[in-house]
Amino acid sequence: MGVLLALSGVDARYGPVQALRGVSLTVDEGEIVALLGANGAGKTTTLRAVSGTVRRSGTLELAGRPLGRRGPEATARLGVAHVPEGRGTFSELTVWENLRLGAYIRRGSTKDDFARVARYFPWLEERRAQQAGTLSGGEQQMLALARAVMQRPRLLLLDEPSLGLAPLVVAEIFRIVRELNEREGTAVLLVEQNARTSLETASRAYVLEVGAVAFSGTSEELAREDTIRRSYLGY
Amino acid sequence: MRARPSSRWIVPLVLVGIGLFLVIGSLDSALFAQQTVSGLANGGIYASLAVALVLIYRATEVINFAQGAIATFTTYIAWQLIDWGLSYWPAFVATLAIAFVVGFVLELVAIRPVERRGNQLTVVIAAIGLLILVEGAIGWIWGNNIKFMPAPFPSHIYNVGGVAFSRQDLGTIAISIASVLVLWLFFQFTKVGLAMRAAAVRPDAARLVGVRVSWMLSLGWGLAAVLGAVAGMMAAASPSVLLQPSMMDGILIYAFAAAVLGGLESAAGAVVGALLIGVTLNLLASYVSWVTPQLLLPAAFVIMLVVLLVKPSGLFGHARVRKV
Amino acid sequence: MRTRIGTSTLVGILATLVVGAAIALLPFGLSDYHRSTGAEVAVFFTAILALNIVTGYTGQISIGHGAFMAIGGYTTAILTAHHGWNDLATFPVAALTGFAAGVVVGLPALRLHGVYLALTTFAVALAVPQLAKNYSSFTGGTEGLALPTHTGMWLYYVGWGVAGVMFVLAWLLLRGRSGRAFRAIRDSEVAASSSGVSLAVYKTVSFGISAAIAAVAGSVYVLVNNFVNPDVFALTLSLYILIGAVVGGLGSLWGVLVGAAFVELLPIALTSGNVGSSQSVPVIFGAVVILVMALLPLGAANLLQRALHFGSKVGQHSDSPLGTEGR
Repeated sequence: MGVLLALSGVDARYGPVQALRGVSLTVDEGEIVALLGANGAGKTTTLRAVSGTVRRSGTLELAGRPLGRRGPEATARLGVAHVPEGRGTFSELTVWENLRLGAYIRRGSTKDDFARVARYFPWLEERRAQQAGTLSGGEQQMLALARAVMQRPRLLLLDEPSLGLAPLVVAEIFRIVRELNEREGTAVLLVEQNARTSLETASRAYVLEVGAVAFSGTSEELAREDTIRRSYLGY
Repeated sequence: MRARPSSRWIVPLVLVGIGLFLVIGSLDSALFAQQTVSGLANGGIYASLAVALVLIYRATEVINFAQGAIATFTTYIAWQLIDWGLSYWPAFVATLAIAFVVGFVLELVAIRPVERRGNQLTVVIAAIGLLILVEGAIGWIWGNNIKFMPAPFPSHIYNVGGVAFSRQDLGTIAISIASVLVLWLFFQFTKVGLAMRAAAVRPDAARLVGVRVSWMLSLGWGLAAVLGAVAGMMAAASPSVLLQPSMMDGILIYAFAAAVLGGLESAAGAVVGALLIGVTLNLLASYVSWVTPQLLLPAAFVIMLVVLLVKPSGLFGHARVRKV
Repeated sequence: MRTRIGTSTLVGILATLVVGAAIALLPFGLSDYHRSTGAEVAVFFTAILALNIVTGYTGQISIGHGAFMAIGGYTTAILTAHHGWNDLATFPVAALTGFAAGVVVGLPALRLHGVYLALTTFAVALAVPQLAKNYSSFTGGTEGLALPTHTGMWLYYVGWGVAGVMFVLAWLLLRGRSGRAFRAIRDSEVAASSSGVSLAVYKTVSFGISAAIAAVAGSVYVLVNNFVNPDVFALTLSLYILIGAVVGGLGSLWGVLVGAAFVELLPIALTSGNVGSSQSVPVIFGAVVILVMALLPLGAANLLQRALHFGSKVGQHSDSPLGTEGR
């Protein structure tokens, strides 16, 4: 299992505000890694730095190749699927069109991809003509995930998938993420406020604080450490 | 926001009412029928230009004030090709292709550099600068004299039940509708069309799936220029319009009014709005004695103003919550 | 323009006096023709100043200020040509008519925002000349009306006198409470109204004042041309005023001077500098406008501001009456 994603000393800023200070982390092939921390710690910014949505400096490598100054369009073509905060679904377009867009960068036939997506999200098939904006929050999150699956990514960046969703829906989403990881070998970098669920899903985790990595370790280690759990993970 | 379910039917009902009025009037009076049809032909021209405006507005939230001038420019290119010996329809098609390139390049060279660092107002000023530039370029290359543009449809009058319809009018309606339709098909059924729509509604999300949003914008400008070329060539063929650098200035206003009637975001609304405006202005000019040709432009302005004040989201639009 | 107390204001006043003196002495070194050109710069100065009040300060975009100039210009023309008034005496009347027109436009403008207001004012700019052509008994139609001639010197001083008066009036207006209210409205209407600023009154009155100033500019304009017809106030005029305002820098009184010089003198410089034929002037002018927008989106005034505040970080973020959403 090689290293798929490697960040080293990554900085990022929004105007005068520095959001990331020297963040370093790795994600191995087929791994699920969680990014935890309080609001404003820089979790979302880290994902944005990887996908190229925010300007960053430092070293970022995907499967050994430096990402350079690539923006999100190019990074997507390298096999990175970013499901942003707020899902990033196209509410004005239909479910079907959202999925088609997921396959935008793929050449060749996408029939198999639709079949694969249907396996994970069987209910999407009957709703294909429905406008995405009329789906419930949980359904939109799953649509966003489905769109990412259409991309056949090597690395999935998931930003707060549980935000605003009921516990049952959240459980379902994480189940699908685990299934994706096991069946397709997709690596996942997961940002979550809900630390407990994240640690149950991920094998490793980093805890960010004010734009830098404060702690890291396996999920068991972090869950065991009382001080870390209480101060940073909230339980 | 008050929910008023019954108000959804007002607009369609009014449109049906207008339709009935036009049909009955046409059956009743030959003059009415003729003016309605030529009004629809004018409306077709406004529709092409209006859809071009909506296309760019949806993608960038910028009103392209230079759209009319670009349309005139491409029409001059058509004139030039014909002057060099090409027959009409090959010149028409060639002009469409050239118009696409012109629109594409203009976005790349004049708008993109401004969009990068500026805000909406600076892009509008750039569009105005483009308007001055393009109209100036026309005068520079071809001079300011009026040119004669041959008609695509040789003069022929169809007589249906005592009413005379000109082939030109019918042809204009057909071509305008066809071009808008082809564009719609493109957007609905092709991968690139889908990508352009995605880029227009959510550019950030579109980038994440790999859509190169800036190229989509250039593409949009190219397609808008093609529509403008259709509008321009049909306008030049019309007996009441002269091929000169300022040819599309007034028509641009009618197109704005039509786009506004469509809520600025709906191409279908813009087309309906354009046809309505075309017919209304024509009938006004024929039947209301104090409406002189010079008053048509102010009339269109009044229509636009009324729509904006009463229902800014247009004929088919939903009320938009203003971003605070 | 952020008004800081102390050195900055003193420097500002000193600079104004110096520039004012320069303007006052300039015509002695110019030919009669160039003096009337200088008068035209004054006209644009006044018009751009007027536009700044609605667009730069209260954030209501108007591409139709040429129409207000037309109202003032035609008022002056009709009063002098048809009723034998003394030309200077018509200025207050023009101002009043302009104010009324501004309020008439300002009222529906309350309900229109951003793009919609831009579209509407664009249409106004195109529609008003058409109205002038139509009601020819009043306006002399396409043939127009003739006005008494004056020397270049007279025109220059009247033009800059008016400009100066308007400048001072605007400065006083924008300094005090009303100025703060204007800026508050531009930056956030919700915040402004929730802090007690009566939006409707301020926005409408600002339109009225702006139109009044533009109307007087129009009066001077017709005197400079000693002629008026609908083409004098064609769309191009409104476009140039807007371009001048933005190139100079919105919300800046100094930018107004730069903007006026830009739109009046650049085309002349291009023609006399013989860059290509006279036909190429609009092409080059248009290209320069685009270039300026690409390089200096906030206008010349911002450049000056950055140069003066060299060292301190003046924010790069651009305010726009049309919203700041970058794509």
